[in-house]
Amino acid sequence: MSQATADPRMVRARAAPKRRMRVSWSDPVFRSIVWQVVIVGLVAAIVWYLVGNTNANLAARHIATGFGFLDRVAGIPIGESLIPYDPSVNTYGRALLIGVLNTLQVAVIGIILATILGTLIGIGRLSKNWLLSKLTAFYVETLRDLPVLLQLFFWYTLLQGLPGPKQALHVGSVAFLSNRGLKLPLLEWQAAHTAAVLAFIVGIIGTVLWNRRARRQQEATGIRPRVWPVALALLIGLPVVVWALLGAPFHVELPALRGFNIQGGLTLSPEYFALLLGLVTYTASYIAEIVRSGIQAIPQGQWEAAGALGLSNGLALRQIILPQALRVIVPPMTSQYLNLTKNSSLAVAIGFQDIVSIANTTLNQTGQAIEGIAVIMAVYLTISLSISLFMNWYNARIALVER
Amino acid sequence: MSQSATAEHVPTAAREQMKIPGLGPWAWARSNLFGNWWSTAITLALGYLILRAVFGLVEWGLFNAIWSVPYSATGVPDTGVCQEAKGIGACWAVIADKYRLILFGRYPYDEQWRPAIVVLLFIGLYAVSAMRRFWRKDLILIWIGVLTVIGVLMYGGVFGLPLVTEDFWGGLPLTLILATFGLAFAFPLAVLVALGRRSTGLPAVKMLCVLYVELIRGVPLIAFLFMASVMFPLFMPEGVNVNKLLRAQIAFILFSAAYLAEVVRGGLQSLPKGQGEAADALGLNYWQKTGFIILPQALRLVIPPLVNTFIGSFKDTSLVLIIGLFDLLTMGKVALSDPPWQSFSTEVYIFLALIYIAFCFAMSKYSRSLERDLNRSRLR
Repeated sequence: MSQATADPRMVRARAAPKRRMRVSWSDPVFRSIVWQVVIVGLVAAIVWYLVGNTNANLAARHIATGFGFLDRVAGIPIGESLIPYDPSVNTYGRALLIGVLNTLQVAVIGIILATILGTLIGIGRLSKNWLLSKLTAFYVETLRDLPVLLQLFFWYTLLQGLPGPKQALHVGSVAFLSNRGLKLPLLEWQAAHTAAVLAFIVGIIGTVLWNRRARRQQEATGIRPRVWPVALALLIGLPVVVWALLGAPFHVELPALRGFNIQGGLTLSPEYFALLLGLVTYTASYIAEIVRSGIQAIPQGQWEAAGALGLSNGLALRQIILPQALRVIVPPMTSQYLNLTKNSSLAVAIGFQDIVSIANTTLNQTGQAIEGIAVIMAVYLTISLSISLFMNWYNARIALVER
Repeated sequence: MSQSATAEHVPTAAREQMKIPGLGPWAWARSNLFGNWWSTAITLALGYLILRAVFGLVEWGLFNAIWSVPYSATGVPDTGVCQEAKGIGACWAVIADKYRLILFGRYPYDEQWRPAIVVLLFIGLYAVSAMRRFWRKDLILIWIGVLTVIGVLMYGGVFGLPLVTEDFWGGLPLTLILATFGLAFAFPLAVLVALGRRSTGLPAVKMLCVLYVELIRGVPLIAFLFMASVMFPLFMPEGVNVNKLLRAQIAFILFSAAYLAEVVRGGLQSLPKGQGEAADALGLNYWQKTGFIILPQALRLVIPPLVNTFIGSFKDTSLVLIIGLFDLLTMGKVALSDPPWQSFSTEVYIFLALIYIAFCFAMSKYSRSLERDLNRSRLR
């Protein structure tokens, strides 16, 4: 089986003078076209065969294809939802939307927490303290060697084994942990809080602008104006002032034991809490290794060179080491973020209603198997693609500018 | 040391007085545990926590543990002792009662020596594959031979072995079958896909490969397992029934192949261009070039990440629980559904965890020692 010359330059070099393709097996261009037609034709034939079978089977079972079922009333009870939902009124479409939101919620919060925990553990592994570095190494080794599903089950049974609401473990009357989940205080949201959040965003933009100004001034005069007082005023001062001017409303709803359950406040159900805990601790063990190898990839000479230039340790870390380490860290970190998002689909095993769980219920109720799976795939492909695009953009931003 | 080169050299006083950091445990502890006040604080706090945890665990798992329980005349275990000890001591009696069920699933009790031999064969196969002495073409033959023997042993129906259909397979052998057969078939597919993705003369094939890899890597394994369990029957012509294990196995192969392909592609990319060009200059055709020059070098480069992908696949086999196949994790859950043992999940999970850790830890340890070995020539 001879194959088209793999090196295109040779083909091009030979084909440079205008030359007609010969219909002969010895002509590389002809060969490559034949191979492509054969392989693509083969794949197309398989797909054609499968689609034909599927159509015949669907017709035999009298299943109508299409997404018409999305407008039907769902009747799926959903425990946790970010948007209002009533199973007797709302449609499958809305139920699936809730699933997407739940998945996104777990993914976003999980990614943030896993990054923080993973970075801490990764730095811990590099600690000069023997006990700390061994303990973090033990953590990483153990958690990476266990299936995440087993870990989820473990956390879930652990949370279910907690005492009931009446004997809940609690921190003062602020946080309660019982077999009904984790209860936290909830801030009563008012217009003033929205305004404060907006002021904080304005503050971020202001800080970025001030930082740019400072850099310009440094490049022009060699003297860098102080950034942190302005940043402090903009990021903390501004929101506080806005909040205070609007009457400083502050009312926190504390959870409290009423009857047989703890009422009020913010609830993290045992399912959600177990999923988050399992995913965060598991992914953190991978992130820790990425952070560790990223920092170790920077030669010691970089620290020494920074020291020779008179930079302080903190400045050397921020300006010399981290920018270089990030280049090593970001690509594998992206795949860990994607893994966490995809692993959140294991929610279906412990009964948290994410998109997979709700789509699965939907396809069992309606019999629309193909559509249900198409929904799952579309949702995950969209999320994965968005994360990849964002991280690629970030990676390109921090990449080394080469000639 | 080289200071003594000049004859008149007199060592300065400061140098004589310089304290050489001592050796021995105390000096080691001073530099590694009590370097400064911050380190000391960490050591003391962690030391306290670790000691408490270790003592607590030993007390719970060994000293206060219950190893067996009395059985009633009908064979129902009386777990009263365990219930009383709950929270104070572990109830390992659940493992003693259920280990055969967890390890071998619903395989006929009298025939369970067969899955036991299968597990040993698998471990032997891994051990042989791990030895660099056996990294030759014969290894492929060994794999084909052993996998055939495993198939015959599990399925039976010949040599006087009673037939046991896949519906009764379960536990550790099933996990190993899913992982090993999955990788054995996924690997060649992955190499082809990686080559296709790297090919420059075949743009249409390249696009197909990119589409395949990106589509699969963007979606969780569960989606494919659901696909295998609910959509696959629709794909087949009427009257053709493929059993659930085979369907899951196919989904698993297609899924792992995409991840392996990316690893192989990394190896292909990191190989210097000159190798391919030299092969072309020698007049080798594409398959000769790929088979004799490119792949042997490229695959050697990516053995450590390949082993890591294997570990990932091994852990991922536990996901077949969701579509109702009886792998090791599922059998743990099944054992826990027995009413007397319902509340002793921690013990069962620890038992399962130890099995998974034994396999994964061996693999990751091996991958690291291999990485050191293979890099030795480059370190110099």
